Amino acid sequence: MSKDQTIGEALRARGVSRRGFLKFCAATASMMALPPSMVPVIAAALEKASRPSVIWMSFQECTGCTESLTRSHSPTVEGLIFDTISLDYHHTLQAASGAAAEAAREAAMEENWGKYILVVDGSIPVGDPGYSTIAGISNMDMLLETAAGAAAIVSVGSCAAFGGIPHADPNPTGALSVRDLLQQYGDRKPDTHSAVYTAHSTDVDVKNKPIINVPGCPPIPVVITGVLAHFLTFGTIPELDELGRPMAYYGKSIHDRCYRRPYYDKGLFAETFDDEGAKKGWCLYKLGCKGPTTYNACATTKWNEGTSFPIEAGHPCLGCSEPDFWDGGGFYKAISTSTEDISRTAVYAIGAGAAAGVALGALNRAKKTRAVKAHQKVGIDDLEKDG
Amino acid sequence: MSERVVVDPITRIEGHLRIEAQMEGNRIAQAYSAGTMVRGIEIILQGRDPRDAWAFAQRICGVCTLVHGLASIRSVENALNYTIPPNAQLIRNLMNGAQYVHDHVMHFYHLHALDWVDVVSALNADPAATSTLAQSLSSYPKSSPGYFADMKKKLKDFVEAGQLGIFAQGYWGHPAYKLPPEANLMAVSHYLEALTWQRDVAKLHAIFGGKNPHPNFLVGGVACPIDLNSDSAINAKRLAQVQEIINKMNTFVEQVYIPDLLAIAGFYKDWGARGEGLGNFLTYGDFPEKGMDDPASFLIPGGAILNRDLSTIHEVDMNAAEEIQEQVAHSYYDYSNGKDGSLHPYDGETNLNYSGPTPPYDQLDVDQSYSWLKSPRWKGHAMEVGPLARVLMLYANGHDQTKELVHMTLNKLDVPVEALFSTLGRTAARGLETKVIGDMMQTWFNNLVANIKAGDTKTFNEKLWEPETWPAQAKGVGFMEAPRGGLAHWIVIEDQKIKNYQAVVPSTWNAGPRDQSGQPGAYEAALQDNHTLHDPQQPIEILRTIHSFDPCIACAVHVTDPNGEELIQVKVR
Repeated sequence: MSKDQTIGEALRARGVSRRGFLKFCAATASMMALPPSMVPVIAAALEKASRPSVIWMSFQECTGCTESLTRSHSPTVEGLIFDTISLDYHHTLQAASGAAAEAAREAAMEENWGKYILVVDGSIPVGDPGYSTIAGISNMDMLLETAAGAAAIVSVGSCAAFGGIPHADPNPTGALSVRDLLQQYGDRKPDTHSAVYTAHSTDVDVKNKPIINVPGCPPIPVVITGVLAHFLTFGTIPELDELGRPMAYYGKSIHDRCYRRPYYDKGLFAETFDDEGAKKGWCLYKLGCKGPTTYNACATTKWNEGTSFPIEAGHPCLGCSEPDFWDGGGFYKAISTSTEDISRTAVYAIGAGAAAGVALGALNRAKKTRAVKAHQKVGIDDLEKDG
Repeated sequence: MSERVVVDPITRIEGHLRIEAQMEGNRIAQAYSAGTMVRGIEIILQGRDPRDAWAFAQRICGVCTLVHGLASIRSVENALNYTIPPNAQLIRNLMNGAQYVHDHVMHFYHLHALDWVDVVSALNADPAATSTLAQSLSSYPKSSPGYFADMKKKLKDFVEAGQLGIFAQGYWGHPAYKLPPEANLMAVSHYLEALTWQRDVAKLHAIFGGKNPHPNFLVGGVACPIDLNSDSAINAKRLAQVQEIINKMNTFVEQVYIPDLLAIAGFYKDWGARGEGLGNFLTYGDFPEKGMDDPASFLIPGGAILNRDLSTIHEVDMNAAEEIQEQVAHSYYDYSNGKDGSLHPYDGETNLNYSGPTPPYDQLDVDQSYSWLKSPRWKGHAMEVGPLARVLMLYANGHDQTKELVHMTLNKLDVPVEALFSTLGRTAARGLETKVIGDMMQTWFNNLVANIKAGDTKTFNEKLWEPETWPAQAKGVGFMEAPRGGLAHWIVIEDQKIKNYQAVVPSTWNAGPRDQSGQPGAYEAALQDNHTLHDPQQPIEILRTIHSFDPCIACAVHVTDPNGEELIQVKVR
């Protein structure tokens, strides 16, 4: 028995049968929207790998992303951290504190230099190094030195991916996303005590480290684990959109996949909370739903093992996986244009005999498709002009 | 020989906390608690729509994930005299109650247990003896020798694979660990069971609030409608799901959490004689039966206890300028009336001013400012908030079930009543109140079903939803009991926008630094009560007492109105 034990061996040693293992691989494939033919590929890859080291760093954050991770049911968090990865540094879960915790980080960096996955939640303040420190080290320097030895960086949550709530106007601490920090400060030599960094850092360019953004406030639990599973299985970065988000989870707008979409198409809207429309599950567009401009998997994957998602529980989508959603002008204000216009459009379209996909969907599919491809913000205004 | 022991990061908490302990020999003489991260959420809130505030405020913390959302909507409702339907009140109680049960169980197993449970020692356990032990404590079905043999094998293979992951560099083998291998194996097994269990409990938030973490809230009620004839509302299926979750919740609390808590505590009775701290306790009160304006109907009463004196409950007025105040003498903020000023939250002002050592640093200058937390005080007193404060308040108010639970615990552990005022007492109180809240979940659920049966399905009051209906100026306080203690948000609304917003939260009360007169905060005082370190390189004793408070530091750090302008006067209920 050694560190070189592969995941396949580890699973068998834990009494997981071949059948059970393949089932896990199938679940992973389905999570990543891959065809069944990929199951053996996943199995082969996982069987060969020993548990890869993951260093998880928390900066300006609320720990909601970690809490979300623990809600993942497939793979489960316990399956992930005991069977699949070696979670070598994670403030909320690790046993060690203080110097022992930092020693764990150093050991993981030393043993896995160039190979470990760095997961970050939280933004990084540049207004003053004292705005956020761990072990007396500024967040910026700790990120720079730890990023240097990472194979890839996963920015979990909207704060790490886009700056999130600390970055919201007026951004009192000068908070940046991981990507922006590395772009703007990647040339800085971190002021650090790390012997491991000092020994290895000579030829590292942190500006070009691959970054996967997994936004959401927090991200959907199985999206966090699914993205990790992709990287562990294929050793590659999944296909990303222009904002660095994996297409598998952020490729479609919530509106396009929403079970209330047919009501939108018919022009049936809840006018206020708890009215007849709200009770019947009509569209929440007029109550401020940001589903049309928000790219995330909430409407299909849903939350908490498929229990529900915000719209299903009667509340408009806040748009939390989009950059700067905090400054979007109000969570209860309908997007872009007055709701009257939308109703009129819908009514007009119905009157004109359009059978399906009235309003945002079909009026201007070409424009929308282009916009989706480029992941631009689609406002009702844009769509109607084209329509 | 005087030595400074530094623990940074304190892990297995929420947020960024640093403890420095000035030693006299092997005894902690002075302890200093420092929050090391700031975001400025209250500055960000200024100028926004008060109805949006809950979403911002909720992101103060993702562990006690709904409490700031709830405190925020209550502050707006209090400012506007906005009443909510009884169903909305019950649903909010159910959501907060589920948060208690979820939080407290996860705290015990995933954040606190490794201070008392030696994972490596569990490898030496005899599965059959572990089974005998488990079955002597509880009727929980997962207790066979085969189950524990599987768990032991799982753990053994994990350790032997050479990658310890989250268990790396723990203080395993430290003489402070007192449990026999069998108790360690049982606890590690339940650590894993609790990870699975909590996923189901969190679903209650998804049913009423769409997701967890960070479920949705709504000023004026709740967003989820009730309609037994709709597939898109709270209907019979959803109610059955909620009942099932409540059952699962309470089964685990009764059959696993409470028995484990008592069994483990039995090996650590000496921790009932240290870590008391202040002896002053504060609750704001919560879980109304009739509404926030009827404190008499609260399950948990509000009030203050001074110097352990349970015979006198002092009344607390959230709006009185001279009662709750915050100080910044040792915090990285400036006040316009000087570093030694004290301000009520309505008049709160803050300017970020980091004046600590330039990173990277080894030691804080504790004579100057040393924390991003402020020092809240009630009539000048430093106060402890949280489960122990609540259990004492319920006890002092003659709450029968609480009295019964406290007496049962003291008898079972065979410790004197003074043991309540300690690290152990704090950890035990958390378990006892989980039982009280878990039982109340069923009552609130039954009341909700009864309302629906009687034809009341209303969940939202639209009367004051539109900002045009509001007065030009208003201010209010939204308070609650969060799992970690009394939480309150103060809001000032002007011309339909937030003019000022301030939160004084549980971990600010507990983890705050010294005030202008040198009076320590609750963490600091607790660490200064009878703590000796066996090995300063492995300060497990510090972790035990700090974790007994269940720190939540992102919550505790906050900033507010940088202008310090004079605030308007509005009559508050």
